[in-house]
Amino acid sequence: MVPKRTPEQSSIFAQCEKYGIPLGQCPSFLFLVMGLIIIASSLIAWGIGTRYIADPETVALVVLALTATLLVMTYIITKSFEKLAEASRLKSEFISVVSHQLRSPLINLKWATEILMSGELGPIADKQTEYFRILKENSVRMAGLVSDLLTVSRIETANLHLKKQNLSLPELVESLIADFAPFCEASNIDIEFNKENLLPSVFADPSQVRLAVENLLDNAVRYVKASGKIKISLARKSSNVHFAIQDNGVGITQEDHKYIFQKFFRSENALKHQTQGSGLGLYIAKSIIERSGGKIGFESQEGKGSTFWFTLPIK
Amino acid sequence: MKKILFIEDEAVIQKTIGDVLRQKGYDMASSLDGESGLRIAKSMKPDLILLDLILPKMNGFEVLKELKGDEATRDIPVIVLTNLEGVGDIDRVIELGAKTYLVKAEYSLEEVVDKIKKTLGE
Repeated sequence: MVPKRTPEQSSIFAQCEKYGIPLGQCPSFLFLVMGLIIIASSLIAWGIGTRYIADPETVALVVLALTATLLVMTYIITKSFEKLAEASRLKSEFISVVSHQLRSPLINLKWATEILMSGELGPIADKQTEYFRILKENSVRMAGLVSDLLTVSRIETANLHLKKQNLSLPELVESLIADFAPFCEASNIDIEFNKENLLPSVFADPSQVRLAVENLLDNAVRYVKASGKIKISLARKSSNVHFAIQDNGVGITQEDHKYIFQKFFRSENALKHQTQGSGLGLYIAKSIIERSGGKIGFESQEGKGSTFWFTLPIK
Repeated sequence: MKKILFIEDEAVIQKTIGDVLRQKGYDMASSLDGESGLRIAKSMKPDLILLDLILPKMNGFEVLKELKGDEATRDIPVIVLTNLEGVGDIDRVIELGAKTYLVKAEYSLEEVVDKIKKTLGE
């Protein structure tokens, strides 16, 4: 029989869900567990105490006082953690609202520039085209940044719902390579794609996995040197499909390795070579892969290049 | 000349898309809120409706539901053009019977026009 949840318990579960953190890290749940442990250990202490101390009243008093102190302390600590969690949730919500509000004026800018550039309102001089291009590129860049911020706030408010289904990674990778092809040709970057035959499909959300792979590919293309080489591979590894993308780019310094998946982090090497970028791409990729039940990681050597990899479960 | 109704509360977007579509030879009608948009749709019977989701007076979900619930307007194709992109929103709109769901920030004007042409079978 399934035990019934008391209202208090279910509200704890609801709270944990609201913050989007697993039970094991959720303050209110941990308080419940600690409370139970404290009560149990007090009972044990009382049991042991009565065997060695003659006066049972003294034992009871000491144990009670100890238990009460511990419970109060735990309660205070838990409350302060809850306050922090609430503040962080509000911050994510704020980002989400602001990003949505930013979108309308941005689209107006972007589309109005497109109309001007189309030349349908009159001929444009070459000098003007250059500045229109700057306008357009920057509005596209800002729209991308706002999109990234929205994705991050969805991840953090636990609103990123994954719609899992059977997904063919080779098809997804091929279509992304095709998307990047014009840019790669222009920048003289060569992409090689090796895949094992008869790869099984993975069980994940196609649009989210696409976003993760796109971010990895975008990084590789961005930080590759002139006449760059990028190698992508797909292979089966036990019950997972293993994706890897290797570039001969600028690489990541040893000191930056531990920060690389952090939100808003941009490595010194990245900043030297590319001023654009939000520092959110790898954070987003990691969140998506881990929420899909996979693992993500990388190896990198400064000046030689980086290999980023992830796995996704077959079913 | 094909008639397109654009229900959108942001006047500048009304103007940019309206101008481009008029230039391509479409007859454009516009409405700045859901309630009047629905009224115009019923009286004008356009060949296509472009619909925003966040609208004053009556939101886009309700407009879509009304449109698809009325025999006179049921068959008019609806393209939802919005800033919302929650998975739930997309599902709900498609379930309610919209043809296409476009997140404004992700498309250029040209791509939006292409989608409109395709939906009109051109």
